Amino acid sequence: MSESKRSDAKSTQEAYLHAGLPAPTPARDGLDKPYWDGTRRHELWVQRCDDCGTHQWGPEWMCHRCRSFEVGWVQVAAEGVIYSWERPHHSVHPALAGQGPYLVVLVELPHADRLRMVGNLLGDPMQDVEIGARVQAVFEDHDDGERSFTLVQWSVPAG
Amino acid sequence: MATDELTIRGRVAVVGVGESVYYKRAQSPEPEFKLVLRAILAACADAGIDPSRVDGFCSYSNDRNLPARIANALGSPEIRFSNMQWGSGGGGAAAAIGNASAAVAAGFAQCVVAFRGLAQGQFGRFGAGPRSNTISGQGAFTVPYGVMSPAQTYAMRTTRLMYEHGIDGSTMRAVAMAAYHHAQSNPRAVMYGRPLDEKGYDEARWIVEPFRLYDLCLENDGAAAVIVMSAEAARDLTPNPVYPLAVQQGGGHRSGASVHNQTDYVTSSFKTVVPHLYGQAKVGPEDIDVVQSYENFTGAVVMSLIEHGLCTYENANEVLTFENLISPTGKLPLNTSGGNLAECYMHGLGLQIEAIRQIRGESTSQVPNARVALANAGPMVEVASTAIYGNQEALG
Ligand SMILES: [Zn+2]
Repeated sequence: MSESKRSDAKSTQEAYLHAGLPAPTPARDGLDKPYWDGTRRHELWVQRCDDCGTHQWGPEWMCHRCRSFEVGWVQVAAEGVIYSWERPHHSVHPALAGQGPYLVVLVELPHADRLRMVGNLLGDPMQDVEIGARVQAVFEDHDDGERSFTLVQWSVPAG
Repeated sequence: MATDELTIRGRVAVVGVGESVYYKRAQSPEPEFKLVLRAILAACADAGIDPSRVDGFCSYSNDRNLPARIANALGSPEIRFSNMQWGSGGGGAAAAIGNASAAVAAGFAQCVVAFRGLAQGQFGRFGAGPRSNTISGQGAFTVPYGVMSPAQTYAMRTTRLMYEHGIDGSTMRAVAMAAYHHAQSNPRAVMYGRPLDEKGYDEARWIVEPFRLYDLCLENDGAAAVIVMSAEAARDLTPNPVYPLAVQQGGGHRSGASVHNQTDYVTSSFKTVVPHLYGQAKVGPEDIDVVQSYENFTGAVVMSLIEHGLCTYENANEVLTFENLISPTGKLPLNTSGGNLAECYMHGLGLQIEAIRQIRGESTSQVPNARVALANAGPMVEVASTAIYGNQEALG
C-alpha cells in the first residue's frame, strides 16, 4: 500500500483488539484499494458516483442509484454518529480468547448520504453507548505484522 | 378456482414430512448424506409412496447433498427437476417448499422433495470465525473489528429495533421460554427434558449484547424433508392434505448491501414479502392460528412477528408474553415444536414441518382446530421466505 504523507487525523499505534485476527487486504480486483490506501494516509475515502454524486458503501462496481459505472472516490470528514452498537462477550476466534467484552459500533456518516461503517468504539468496553452520539475516526496502524494495514476505529470526543 | 390464476393455491399439497434423528452439534454417528436419505425415506413412508416416485429435488443454502446422488439411492427412474435456492442461510427453508410447489404446479415434475441436511461435525460450524491470515472483500470491513459470527452480524439490528421502537428485552425472553416450553412435550427435541425458566434465561451469559445464550439458535446435526405433489394426487393418498396456500421469498431494496448498508436496516426482510404472501394465500394475519417463526435470534422473531402483522411495534411488549405464545391457551401460539432454539436447528425446515403437523393435528403441542399456519424462514438475511399452510376448509 502507498505510504505517502499522513493527515493530522487522530491515530493510534495501540490496537483495540488482540493481535491475530485476519489482516484486511485490498481485494484482488482492485475495487476497494482507494479506501485501504486512504486509511494508510489517515484519511477516510468512500465511493461517490461521478454521474449522480451519490456516496456508496461498501464498494461496488456500479452506482446503485443511477447505474453508472463511473463510480469514483472522494475523501470525507472522518467523523459520524453512532447508529447502532453491540458488545460481544463470547469469542468466536482463538485470537480473541482472552479478550473479554469489546464494543462494536455502526457509525453513520450524515455528510456522505448517511452511509454506514463498522468499527470498534475505543475506550472502556463496558462504557454506556449512546445511539446518536457524535464520534471521531481514529486511525489504528498495524505496522508490526507481515502486512501493514490501518483500521478505522471510533471514539467519542472528550468534553 | 380460475384456471388462469397464477398461483400454487389449490394446485399442490404436502403429502409427506420426515426427519432423521436430531443430534447435538457434531454428535451424529452418521454422515450428512445418510441423514438426508433417512429424512427422505421417512417423508416417503409418511406419504405412503414408494421412494422411487420422487422425481424432483429442491434445497437451499448451498446444501452439499446432490440430487443426482440422492436419486441414484432412491432408485428414481428419472430426475425431472432439481433446484437450489442460493445462499442467505436458512432464508430458503420456506422458499425450497415454494420452489417444489411451483415445479409441481408447472408440471415440471410430479413428486418433488424439499430437503436440508446438516452435519456440522463432518463439515464445520456456522458460528466460528474465519481462520485465514488475511481477509479481503466485504469481510475486510467487519472481521478485523471482531464482527464474524451470524450473532455478531445481526445483534446491531436488534439494538436499533429496540432503540427505534421501544421494544423490551422481555419480548425476546418470552420467545425463548415459549420454545423451551414446547420442546418439553416433543420427544424429538434436542432440549426435551431441559426446561428453561425466567431465572435461567436472565442469568445466562451474554453472547453478544443484546443477546444472551438462550436468544441464539442451536447448532445441530440432522436432516429433514417435505414432499409436494399435486392436490389431486395428494387427495388419493390422504383424506386430509395440507395445502401450501402461498409461499413467497424476498428481500427489500439493497437487502444484500454490504457492511450493514441496507436501505432499510431495521427489518427482518419480510416487509416486501408479506403483502404478496397474504394476497396469494387469500388470508390475513387475523386468520393465522399458529406461527412458526424462524429463530436465528429471538430479536429477529420479534421483528418477524411485527412485519407479518401478528403484532405491532406499539403493542409488541404487551402481546409478546410467555402466556400469549404457548399452545394451546395463548393467543399467538409460537414455535410449537421448540423450533430452532429447542427442537433442532435444521436450518428452519423443522419449523415448516411443524406448521404442516399443526394443520394435520399431529403436533406435540397441538393448537385446537388449527386451520391456517404460517412458517417463516431466515429473518434479517438478504433473501428470506415465508409459507402459509391450510387445510381443505381454509382452501375453501
Ligand atoms: Zn450514480
